[in-house]
Amino acid sequence: MTLQDVKKTALASIWFVFLTFPIMVIRVNTITQTVVWRWHNMLYIFLGTFFGGLLWRFALTRRKVGAKPIVQTEDEKAAAAQSAAATTGLKGTVAQLKVRLAEPAVRKSLIAAGLVLVLLFPIFSSLYQTSIMITALIYVMLALGLNIVIGLGGMLHLGYIAFFAVGAYTYGILYRFFDVGFWVALPIAAFFSTLAGILLALPVLRLRGDYLAIVTLGFAEIVRILLNNATGFSGGPAGIRGIPRPTFFGIQMNLATVSIYIYYIIVVAVAVTIFVVWRFENSRIGRALVAMGEDDIAAEAMGIDIARVKLTAFALGSFWAGIAGVIFASRTTFINPASFTVWQSIIVLSCVVLGGMGSIKGVIIGALGLILIPEYLRAFSDYRMLIFGAVLVIMMVFRPGGLIQKKRKAYTFAVQTEEQG
Amino acid sequence: MSRILEVNAMTMDFGGLRAVNKVDISMEEGEIIALIGPNGAGKTTFFNCVTGVYTPTAGNIYITPPGGQQRSIKGLKPSKITEQGLARTFQNIRLFPNMTVLENVMIGRHSRLKAGVLGAILRDRRTREEEEQVIHDSYGILGKLNLERYVNDLARNLPYGAQRRLEIARALATEPFMLLLDEPAAGMNPQETKSLESLILKIRDTENVSIFLIEHDMSLVMSLSERIYVMDYGKLIATGSPAEVKNNPDVIKAYLGEDESA
Repeated sequence: MTLQDVKKTALASIWFVFLTFPIMVIRVNTITQTVVWRWHNMLYIFLGTFFGGLLWRFALTRRKVGAKPIVQTEDEKAAAAQSAAATTGLKGTVAQLKVRLAEPAVRKSLIAAGLVLVLLFPIFSSLYQTSIMITALIYVMLALGLNIVIGLGGMLHLGYIAFFAVGAYTYGILYRFFDVGFWVALPIAAFFSTLAGILLALPVLRLRGDYLAIVTLGFAEIVRILLNNATGFSGGPAGIRGIPRPTFFGIQMNLATVSIYIYYIIVVAVAVTIFVVWRFENSRIGRALVAMGEDDIAAEAMGIDIARVKLTAFALGSFWAGIAGVIFASRTTFINPASFTVWQSIIVLSCVVLGGMGSIKGVIIGALGLILIPEYLRAFSDYRMLIFGAVLVIMMVFRPGGLIQKKRKAYTFAVQTEEQG
Repeated sequence: MSRILEVNAMTMDFGGLRAVNKVDISMEEGEIIALIGPNGAGKTTFFNCVTGVYTPTAGNIYITPPGGQQRSIKGLKPSKITEQGLARTFQNIRLFPNMTVLENVMIGRHSRLKAGVLGAILRDRRTREEEEQVIHDSYGILGKLNLERYVNDLARNLPYGAQRRLEIARALATEPFMLLLDEPAAGMNPQETKSLESLILKIRDTENVSIFLIEHDMSLVMSLSERIYVMDYGKLIATGSPAEVKNNPDVIKAYLGEDESA
């Protein structure tokens, strides 16, 4: 850090003091009709932004210094791991922990422990906790679905929540007019949201980047406004109420039991989603999708039918949103267009970007974090969104690739490399 | 030898600009031919028309795959043209930068494989076998171009020369009978160009691929190609063997400008 950094930070702080002057210093008391000048606030703001700014600059320089060389051979990697393991102190401990975690036995037992924790969670926790967890898992599913379009296909999709709405409303309308139950509605809703995905994909086949973003955004708004105004069909702003909760072979349950039941349904749904996305991403079509996201002209020149791959991505992505929508409708028993605004799309998008585009683990952690943290921050409800925004900014500056960055699959050629190496 | 490519009076207009003007080019099986010309002559546009990026305004393009029937490829999508056996590289390298070297080549195999989404999820025997086969084949192609040591590195981390070779490897993975190389030696030093030259010859001889080259490096063009076409302002101005083209007054004029005293 240089003197210039300090100067710049000081200047920025003075500017900030000036900016916040009207709201932080002047206070008009409307009852006594007097103005209170809170001069001391000026000092606090200056000191706060000054030290905050210094910290920010310090972190930025650290990040630059810490950039690693790019190409590493296997030997270098092994050497780096060894030297890291040998160093003591906090860094050494972290490195050692990483090496330990890479062992398959440790990994397996950790995954098993995690699974047990997930399965036992609703039994030991309160109805409130289970309910929050259900919401978070619905978002995990949405994020995994959107990850197919954004993370793998590199297509900026801002209207994803529309397919969630299609799923939820398919169930709602089927119940309203035909008295259809959860399990029958589930496949029908999945079908309709997939269909909606294909319908949206058709006009946007030739678009990319910003244009695609605008069209998808518009699509989401069309769906929401349609639901708001087609009163006879969707119930309008009043929505559809009394949607039945899922039954277990015709058995009705009380609220506490049914919550646990829904929890298990969503856990299974998330597990299936993870499985499918995991198998998909390193398959022929999955790779083609990634290639298209990287460079569509080159992908097309290599024999990939862009239109088909795009349709597949949108269809597969929307499918999960539809299923999540049905589960959402059955849990809340009440849906209205207000649950499906652009803001929800942005949240799902943030889950994907923050977690790490294309990385299944990252997206899951991103979604859990983004939904659970604001929930548990309710105690600080005034500052909840402030903290949320600050976390987003800091994350994007220091880890633009997301919490867990996508690693491409490495293939091993034990025999051949030895012969030729 | 049979004629594998025939371009008849192909014209490409961009609004009022005629980028390619009634160009006729033909190519025999096993040939190495080159298309040269000053910057902006329309060479890359010509390539883009042949490979389906643009649909030509007029004229036609016929291909005859070895042992196959003659057919027109005008107006087909690039992916369909690649399926027919024409593969290309790009002037400014267009790899998939965040995919591994092996995956880049595996993408090239795409049009020769069948596995769909359902197969990927269920991972049945056929899909598994196909996947193993594609990994094996792709690795083999990397071997031919001396790229094995980068196999799991991201394409963007490769040295420049290796990136150029990877583009050729990816194109070869599509099993072409004709390879269109758009300035393969651009940005290479003399040694790299030298090894590229032997590489292109090796590919032609061992893979039975005919090669169509756009290039600015004259030494490469002259030593490699059997016939040369010269373009200027969208028109073909000369054609013939390297020696003929080198001494053609129109070509000299196009490259060096008009001699004022003449």
